[in-house]
This record gives sequence, C-alpha cells and structure tokens, in this order.
Amino acid sequence: MDRKQCCVKLSVQPSRGLMDEKFIVLVQNALPGSQLTIRALHQCEDGHSWEAFGHYTADTTGTINLSEDPSIRGTYSGVEQMGLLWSLRPIPGSKPGLRMRKKNIQTPMEVTISVYQGHQTEGFADLVPLSGVVVERWYMAPGVRGFQLQKVDSPQPFFLPLGPGPFPGLLDLYGLGGQLVEYRAALLASHGFASMAIDYVNSKFTIETGKMVDSQYFETAYRVLQQHPQVCKSRIAMIGFSFGTSITLKMAIYSEIIKLSAAVCISGSHVQPVDGSVEEILRFSYKNAGKTRFSEKDEKIWRDQLLPIPTDPSLKADVGRLQCPLLLLVGEDDQSCPAQESALDIKEMMAQAGNSHLLTVLSYPNAGHLIEPPYTPHTRSSNFRTTGMPEKVMYLWGGQTVEHSRAQEDAWKKILVFLRENLYGGRNPTLFSHL
Amino acid sequence: MTQVVPPILSVTPSRALVDEKFKVLVENLPPGCPVTVRSLHHSEDKDDWEAYGHYVSDHSGVVSVSEDLSYGGTYTGKEPMGLLWSMRPVPGSRPGLRLRKMNVCTPMLVTVSVHSGHEGFRDQAPLASVLTERWYMAPGIRRININEQGVQGTLFIPPGPGPFPGLLDMWGGGGGLLESRAALLASHGYVSLALDYLGFDQESENLEFKYFETAFNIIKDHPQVMPDRVGIFGLSLGSLVAVTLAAYSTIVKPCCIVCISCNHYYPARGSTVTSKFEGVTRQLSKARVNEDNQVIWKDVALEFITDPSNIAEVGRINCPTLLVNGCDDQNWPTVETAEDVARLMREAGKEHLLSRLAYPDTGHLIEPPFSPHFRATTFVMRSSKEKVILLWGGQTKPHSDAQEDSWRKILSFLQFHLYCSPNLKAKI
Repeated sequence: MDRKQCCVKLSVQPSRGLMDEKFIVLVQNALPGSQLTIRALHQCEDGHSWEAFGHYTADTTGTINLSEDPSIRGTYSGVEQMGLLWSLRPIPGSKPGLRMRKKNIQTPMEVTISVYQGHQTEGFADLVPLSGVVVERWYMAPGVRGFQLQKVDSPQPFFLPLGPGPFPGLLDLYGLGGQLVEYRAALLASHGFASMAIDYVNSKFTIETGKMVDSQYFETAYRVLQQHPQVCKSRIAMIGFSFGTSITLKMAIYSEIIKLSAAVCISGSHVQPVDGSVEEILRFSYKNAGKTRFSEKDEKIWRDQLLPIPTDPSLKADVGRLQCPLLLLVGEDDQSCPAQESALDIKEMMAQAGNSHLLTVLSYPNAGHLIEPPYTPHTRSSNFRTTGMPEKVMYLWGGQTVEHSRAQEDAWKKILVFLRENLYGGRNPTLFSHL
Repeated sequence: MTQVVPPILSVTPSRALVDEKFKVLVENLPPGCPVTVRSLHHSEDKDDWEAYGHYVSDHSGVVSVSEDLSYGGTYTGKEPMGLLWSMRPVPGSRPGLRLRKMNVCTPMLVTVSVHSGHEGFRDQAPLASVLTERWYMAPGIRRININEQGVQGTLFIPPGPGPFPGLLDMWGGGGGLLESRAALLASHGYVSLALDYLGFDQESENLEFKYFETAFNIIKDHPQVMPDRVGIFGLSLGSLVAVTLAAYSTIVKPCCIVCISCNHYYPARGSTVTSKFEGVTRQLSKARVNEDNQVIWKDVALEFITDPSNIAEVGRINCPTLLVNGCDDQNWPTVETAEDVARLMREAGKEHLLSRLAYPDTGHLIEPPFSPHFRATTFVMRSSKEKVILLWGGQTKPHSDAQEDSWRKILSFLQFHLYCSPNLKAKI
C-alpha cells in the first residue's frame, strides 16, 4: 500500500449539525491529481443501508473541497456541497419502495463519510477506505425540549425551544401515511417555534370508531397550544402537508375558534366539499378511486382523483375568505396530488375575492409530492399504506432527484422566512416605512 | 402577561468541537437597543462561570457578536469568541477556581442569553436563551481505558480504518488524569494516549523512564498506529518528560515533540520523574508570596536551572521540537528555559529542528482555544497536601489570543511532521 496515500485526511465541519445545516467535506494530503471516491453510508432505523458517492480528482495541493470541486460522476455530479446527503439511496440489492423517515428524533442520524482510492462505483463493503469520519445530523437543537401535551384525545408531541419565551406556536400536520412523524415539528422548534405535531390519523377516536376526527379535535389542539404559558396566544400558525393541507385550509377558513397568523400548505389541494367534515373530505378524494392510473412500473398515481378542478364552489375550500397570509408550496411533477392545478385555481379565486395579497405560491419544476426538510433523500416512489386501505402498495410521488433536492432546500429557507416574518416580525411596521 | 414577541437568538453551529468558532446572532430587537449577551456554564465542580458583553443593536434590530463591538463586560471590542474565553467564576464564587472538563464523553453545556440593558442586566429574566454544546470528542471516536504493563491512562482512537499517527499526551504537575486535550487531538486524527503519571498511589520508583517508554510503545504497537509517526505532547512537567525521552531514551524515538511551558530541570540525583519533582517542590516551598497571597515559583526555579548540571542535555534531541511559552509565566521560568534550550540545541548543531512560539502577557497554562484564562488557581502540593494559590500569570485577552494562535500552529506542526511526508514540502 502506498504509504503517502495512507495519510489522507478527511474532515467534515460541523461534525454535529442540524438536519438543515450545510457542512463542508474536506480531503487533504492526497497525492495531487489522484482519483478518489467520497462515499456516505447511513443505516436507518429499520436496518436498511443507504449510500451516496462522488468521484473526485485531488488538485495540485492534494486537496478536495466539496463546496468548490465538482464530482465527475456518482449518485450526484457537479459542485454539490450536500450531495452526499440528498443523493442517498438504498444500497444495491435493497428491497424496492423504501423511504427514509426518522422516528426517534432524540438521537441523531449518523452518517459515515469515507474516502476511497480510485473511482469506485460498487462493492464498497469489501474495500478498505483511506479515511473515514462519522457525522451526526440532528433534528433537535440542544436545549429544545420534547414532551407530550396531555390534554387532548391522545397525547401530542410538543417541542418547546429553550428560553423564557413566549414563543409563537405552530400546529404541524403531516399526510395520511401510517405513523406520526415528529421530525419537522422538532426542527421547527429548533428555529424558535413552539411546535405541536398533530396525530390525527392514529387518534384514540379513530382507532375505536374507524372514523376520522373532526374540527373539534384540531380546535382543542389549538386551545391547548394557546394555553401553554410559554406560547404567544395571538401568534399561531398551521403547517400542513398533503392531506394536512386540506385540514389546514378548512381550519383557517371555517373555524370560529382557530385564528391563524399564517398558514403553510405543502403539496396539497383546496378541492374538498365546502365545510365538509374531515371524514367527508377524506371520502371525497377516495370517491374517484376509479381515476387512479398506474405507471409503467405499476406504481399508483393518485393525482387525477381530484381533477379536473371543479368549477362548483361547493366543492372547493373558499380561499376568498382567508384572512391570514398563505404560503403554498407546489411540486410541478407531483404525481399524488394536483397541487399545481390547485394552486392556479386558488390564485384565481383569491384574485377575484380581492385577497390575493395574502398569497405566495412557490412552484418547483420537476419536484415531486414529498417536499421534506432539506437534504432528505428524494423518494420518487415508495411502498405506502394509506388510512382505511388494507395493504401497502407502491405509490408514485414524482420528482427528479436533483431538482427535487434543490426545491427542498429553497422551500425550507422560504418557509422559515415566511414563518419568521408573520410570527416574529412587525413590532411597529411604520418605523421602517421611510426605508 | 404581556405578549411581546421576544428577540431571536441563535448560536451557529449549536454543537461544535471546543476549538471551533461559533456565530452568536440576536435578531428582532428594536433598533438602537442596548442589550447584554451573556454566557453561563455550570461546571462539573458545581461552580457557575459566566462571560458577557454589552452591545447596541443596529437599525435592522440585529446584534452580531462576530461583527459588532462589545462596549464593556468581561471583554470589549470585536470578539466573536469572547463569550467563552473571557469566562470567569460568577461574583460570590469561591476563589482560585480552575475550569477543567474531566468527563470528555459529554459536551460542555453553555447557555447563551440576551438581556435588556447594560448596567444591572442580571436583575431581570433574559429575553431569550439558547443552549450550545462544546465537545472534546468528535463523533465516532473510541475511548479506551488503558491499564496494561503497569501503564495507566486513556486512549482515544479516531474513527476510520487508519492507520493513524500517534501522540503521547501529558499534563503538568497538578496530577490526575486530564483527557481533554488527548480527546481533542484524536478529533484531529491522532491516536492519543492521555497518560496518568502522577495521580495514583503507587511508589514513585515506578515512574522512571521505563514507564513512559512503555506508554509510548503501547501507542506505537497499536494495530491502528503508524509506528514511525508517534510524537509526544507535554505541558509543564509533561514537557520535561517529552524532552528527556527525546534526549535520552534508547528505546523510543519520537517523531516530533511539542512542549508547552517547557521545563528542562533534570538534576542528576533522583532516579524518577517524581523524585526529581519532589526535590523541586521541597525547594519551592521557599517561594515568594505576593500581596494577594499567590505563590510565585518562577524566581526560585530560576535559581535551580542556572546550574548546568541540573539541566537535561537537550542538545541530544534528534527530532523536530516545538516550544510554546508565555512571557508572563510566573510559575516556571519558561522564557529562560526556551532560550536555554535554543542555545543548547544550536551548540549541538540541532537548531534546524527547533521552532519556538513565545507570547507576550501570556501565562503558564496555555490550553486549547477559548478555554478561560486563569491567572491564579488553588493547587494542592503533592508532598504536603497543603493548599496554596499558585500564580500562573498572563492577562486574559493576550493569553486567550495566544491559546488560539498556538493551537492552530501546534496542529499544523503535528500535521506537517506526523501526516505529511517531509519529501513533499520544500525546506525553508
């Protein structure tokens, strides 16, 4: 073995970061001009292994800096500082339809980053790397406290930033699939929002009756959040993903009790029976099950179920009545939900009603349905069992990896700015009117 | 309760190694608002340490500790890391405290908070707080207790296949086993052994050369260590071990040595490090005490080392040597020692091996960056168990600058000699 190449130094800074923080991967002391492969390996909670890699050439000082140097090929190419994370995919031979979602957010995601001699594409398990480091990626910043708020039907995970507060509050609603995920709420708390992840799929009521919870469930959650001594009563927002969007719009527009300072809707639609119960809204989208298409890989495509966007106003949430700012995030290649068509219709409805100054639409070409926090690996399709359905089937979510990953990064930044402006900002706007 | 939305305080990165910088930012303040940014750490010894700076927000309501001037507090001026290096025990604490992390498996927790106003900022609750973690151990580092062949210590191994260069790490005459620097060196890619050589109750006969040579070989023979790339890192008494091993040992050949606050006192009598040290401490009991009741060893020690028969023959050293010392060292005459070492190595034709860093207004305890400075702390005399207050020296700001500068240079010295192949670099 070449002694000099043994001394290759690999470093990643920061070695412990939040999930949305960038890192710098640096290789030093390599032979100038040598070909090296940098690879990331992660074993997720369900035991599956994910990997990403890039092929690089060391410069004349024997250095490779991932924030400046291009990967020639691999699971990503070009100058991609965070490519080792967002291009992670199951190792060859894994079962199909996997999706990476962290359940335990009290521990970090651990990624081993290694550098190998030459340009390798496979068989990494049998190779000895030149160097390797371990990197931790956290959903929770130090000091963020996660606990259960007990006063609703079922205890809801609640994340509170450190400090006296009071903090603006957030109700976080995910989509219909399976278990509750808390990671977005935890990450938002790490940015200063008291966040409650609402489990509306697995509530005691739903388990006992087989029916969806109704408005009262969410209104109670809102009240519980408001009443927390460290939450700012008058600054509460809702963030809904996929079916969570339908609930968010329903609450924002029709609830007498919930008064939101802002709403964020990701990959969702406003098509729903006006003032229908949550159960009715759910049944409505299943009504058109016959419109489900299948891709050439036999993946279920759901997006047509709500199409065409109805002209009948009783079938769409009346966004003209919205009184709070709304941020809509849309993946133009969303195969599960007609988010783009819905967004265009929402725009029109609000323009007619005269409240379009409240609306911001962020529409991302070639992004799919699953717009997650940044650097989450893109999942174009996965095995999914939705509420009320017996088995897991392959669903097509859509999106092309590179563009989808860029969309996630941009979307998250803009979500944080939007929430900051509407929940933290504007003590006295007239002070700045001369600027 | 008034529902006024608080300012937004952030520390980035929120989790870092102890030698990494952070950015402290306060946003969403009213414009032109006086605030105090404060850090608080509750130590393992249950003392509270704090630092604070007085700031005024700009007209976008922002205070950036990295960019703005502190107008007063425990530090002034533009000091991105002032909230760490200027920490001192809170008012009312017992005197002579020293901050050392004994458990390196957990991070040092620092709460950074922002308070309204300058004078009397402590009287009200903070407006916002965040917690930041400062780690000695990078993720993936393995910590292994060593108790073999009579040697006691702790070994830290970086993640990855290796092989790695190695380091034997020794602190000073205060005794006990301090793992912090060895853990940090492992975080920079060195297999490091923090050696316990004064803290246990064995007979001092055991601590002759053989002990240190065995320890060195434990590192050298480790399957993940490159046997010809093992160095020695010593502070104070630890540096005495480093120079004498490098000068006299026929068994071990360190690849390079780093000596902080170098000590080359090596009288002929006494066969072990501890017995030589015992001799010194007996004589040091004659040391001067200043008006603050702090003991100054430097002057008494200077008398010993002027006798050439009391000095290690450093001209016999055959490896690259880095000496780091503070010019205001009140504990040991390290300025004179460094001069003496330079002279002796020059006379022996070894000048090309020596590099020196000497820092003005810097004391004896030169530690990794952003560690608080201690001008004087309580020290328990090994022989008599008497508690005294030893004066180490240094002024906080220059001492802290020295810690930051020297660490960077020490790391590049180690990288050069233990990681790079010398053939690739031009000799200057």
